Amino acid sequence: MIGPLRVERRLDTPKWLKVVVPLASLVLAAIIVGILLLATGHNPLSTYHQMYSAAITADGALSSTLVYATPLLFTGLCAAFAFRMRTWNIGGEGQLYMGAVGASATGLVLGDWPRPLVIIAMVIGGALAGMLWAEIPALLRAYLRTNEILTSLMLNYVAGFFMYYLIYDSDSYWRDLTTPGASVFPTGKTLGSHANWPGITIGSFTLPLGFVIGAALAVGLLLLIRSTRYGFEMRVMGDSPQAANYSGIRTKRKILSVMAISGGVAGVAGSSQIGDFGHVLDPRGLQQAQYGYTGIVVAALALYNPIAVVLVSLFIGGLTNAGFALEGPSFPTGLVGTMEGIILFTVLGGEILARYRISWQRRHVVAVGTGVAS
Amino acid sequence: MLDAGDGRAALAAPAVLASDLPAGAVGRVPKALAVQAIEMTKRFPGVVANDHVSFDAAEGEVHALLGENGAGKTTLCNLLMGLYRPDDGRLIIGGKPVRFHSPRDAQGSGIFMVHQHLRLVESMTVAENVVLGSSSPRQLRFSPRAVERTVAEAAERFQMSVDPRARIWQLSLGERQRVEILKALCRGARILILDEPTTVLTPQEADQLFSSVRDMAAAGRTVIFISHKLPEVLAVADRVTILRNGHSVTTLPTAGTDADDLAGLMVGREVSLEAVAKVTHEAGPAVLELAGVWARGDLGTEALKDITLEVRAGEILGIAGVSGNGQRELAEVITGLRPTTRGMIKIGGARLPTGDPRGAIDLGIAYVPEDRMGTGIAPNLSIAENLMLKSYRAKTMRSGPVLSSRKAIANAREMIERFDVRAPGPRTLIRQLSGGNIQKVLLARELSSQPRVLVAASPTRGLDVGATQYVRRVLRDTATSGVAVVMISEDLDEVFELSDRIAVFYNGRVVGTLKASEADRQQIGLMMAGAA
Repeated sequence: MIGPLRVERRLDTPKWLKVVVPLASLVLAAIIVGILLLATGHNPLSTYHQMYSAAITADGALSSTLVYATPLLFTGLCAAFAFRMRTWNIGGEGQLYMGAVGASATGLVLGDWPRPLVIIAMVIGGALAGMLWAEIPALLRAYLRTNEILTSLMLNYVAGFFMYYLIYDSDSYWRDLTTPGASVFPTGKTLGSHANWPGITIGSFTLPLGFVIGAALAVGLLLLIRSTRYGFEMRVMGDSPQAANYSGIRTKRKILSVMAISGGVAGVAGSSQIGDFGHVLDPRGLQQAQYGYTGIVVAALALYNPIAVVLVSLFIGGLTNAGFALEGPSFPTGLVGTMEGIILFTVLGGEILARYRISWQRRHVVAVGTGVAS
Repeated sequence: MLDAGDGRAALAAPAVLASDLPAGAVGRVPKALAVQAIEMTKRFPGVVANDHVSFDAAEGEVHALLGENGAGKTTLCNLLMGLYRPDDGRLIIGGKPVRFHSPRDAQGSGIFMVHQHLRLVESMTVAENVVLGSSSPRQLRFSPRAVERTVAEAAERFQMSVDPRARIWQLSLGERQRVEILKALCRGARILILDEPTTVLTPQEADQLFSSVRDMAAAGRTVIFISHKLPEVLAVADRVTILRNGHSVTTLPTAGTDADDLAGLMVGREVSLEAVAKVTHEAGPAVLELAGVWARGDLGTEALKDITLEVRAGEILGIAGVSGNGQRELAEVITGLRPTTRGMIKIGGARLPTGDPRGAIDLGIAYVPEDRMGTGIAPNLSIAENLMLKSYRAKTMRSGPVLSSRKAIANAREMIERFDVRAPGPRTLIRQLSGGNIQKVLLARELSSQPRVLVAASPTRGLDVGATQYVRRVLRDTATSGVAVVMISEDLDEVFELSDRIAVFYNGRVVGTLKASEADRQQIGLMMAGAA
């Protein structure tokens, strides 16, 4: 007889599931989105083809996918690294803003210095600004035991308003006051040509320097976590803070340094936004993009593995790129957003469900002869 | 405040007490069955916690459930209490089949449980705690005096003296336990489940509890007594049901059996309960010295008051005391996990920095903590990783700047071999091991650092008989090899068996230090209660 459904937590997840589940989730997402498309009068197959071509095959498609993937790679690493130690840095967004502020200041100050020096200085400037911003919730967490989720999240808004203030509400160093109409349409100063990061161009395809830096960081962070004392301490802390303290790990310093690295990586996302793409501090553009928050999704999908973050950032970058390409009179932004939401929801849901096993419970269990009768 | 005058009939519970105790109507003749558990089964992911478990208990019987940790005692009780629902099997209470959906249903059938961790409101009086949670829709008003009288009557009836007007925080743990029992009785308990009730008691308090339990049985109540301690089961129970690996092995009358038989049934093979041999030897120089140490507890109150102790190389200093009298704080102060507020600790003459675990490790202090799973290990890391939890900083575990997993695995294999850890391999997650094997890994790690001082807190709690014997032997051998060992245990038998000297803790102070060979249980029991 078949009884009610029974859901149990898996004791361990077999390897094949880790491959099959994401693929199955994508197929399921395609089916659900297909129904949605049919209901709104679109042909699913041609829409999928259009998305595929816009993200990968069309002329310049891969390059623009990389434009979206690059910041997500950094913010994904920022979240994945901190989350490894169960330090929930939700502040990648704000740390990215501060990184952009720091990197643009560095680029503006150095001006005509040799290009490699300017680029290195911008990376460092952005990283330092992101680090300092991340140290605020880190210090509060380490010494006052506040919840870093709340403090780092709230600081995102502070950083956002700070950027606004620099460009719109003050005569700051970052604001361009020279051009006519600058008082009506405030903008930031455009950085000099030495602050433009070179991409690696192969035919029509351009690989931004930021993505290369991000990929290198991913490898570095993976090695740090996997095979150093530092990473070992992180794993112990993440599993049991009491055990970490007991084994002589300086837990407070650990929180400060992990948050610094995490915030620094997000800060470089800001540097890359200025150096690779914007060349100007643009508060509105950065805030609308929400790379910091999307980075958390990237980290979750990558199961906090830095190398997987590289792949997932490309996937989500491609999805975003395809979404923008679809938008038009017959394809409203809301529909694109809904499609993207369904895809992310299914993939992430699949990851979580894979940790459970579902079975039908038999109503009458046949006694197996294990009992010792008295 | 509430009016005391008009509440005479207000509380429903007192009536139960008065009516169901016809004086002298109880003898020890066979009676109706109060509880019948038939083929109860409860599964959890990966385990069958109760596999067709059966037992029954008559009215007026004290029935012990005996088994090692993990044998299924707690699951069985949670089934009886309605906290879990059985996957299979039946429960019959007073001849009627029942199906509980919540503890409230169980209480409606007269089943009450006194948990190991007491559940009382500290700022309220005894009487208020007794009324708390008893639900009778008609009574909106509470008459303190009537309740106080009922509590006092019950207390006298069952020899459990406690002042009904005292506030809980003023009471000792033993007294608080009495309040829990009285609460159950006043609310109409017919069947009372006591879960490991003696862990918080001094030997005298335990004896007192046993006599109260016998009184309750004589008054027709059924007492289900959960324990893993053989002598107390033999002392208090009429019959005993032995659980092993989720099965009910057998039910026996306690008359005509002995501790060795029960231990054999509990473990599933013949065991001898012989004590670890104590070798008389000369203790060396003092290695660990505490002078006038004070420290605060988790709540900011003084948990250690002016502790002065010394432990010599080659001896075991046993720390006896009822749980919560400063023993945990003592261990944490010595191991650097808790800062001292005054006083000085010296290791081999060198001053121990306060509140610095790494400093303590570097001075040669090893620690087997009471909270094995939470503090002693990182449960989701492998055996090899847990074994290097304190040595990963050393050059021997590295090749260049990188941690060498080859060296970690080799080190783990050696430890697994030497300490007889039963595990599939060094890469197995440590949480998948049994409690005994986890404790072996912990000991292996702590002792491999060549410590000068070993602090072991409740080192055998929750372990099976075999692992307990093993751990005790290792502790003894460690002392013999010249380490100063501090062993904290709530199990007085263990303290007597292993220690060279015994320090008794009460209320954050050392009330006395005695040679184990000259101490007697009676005297130590009184000291544990603060009476000597």
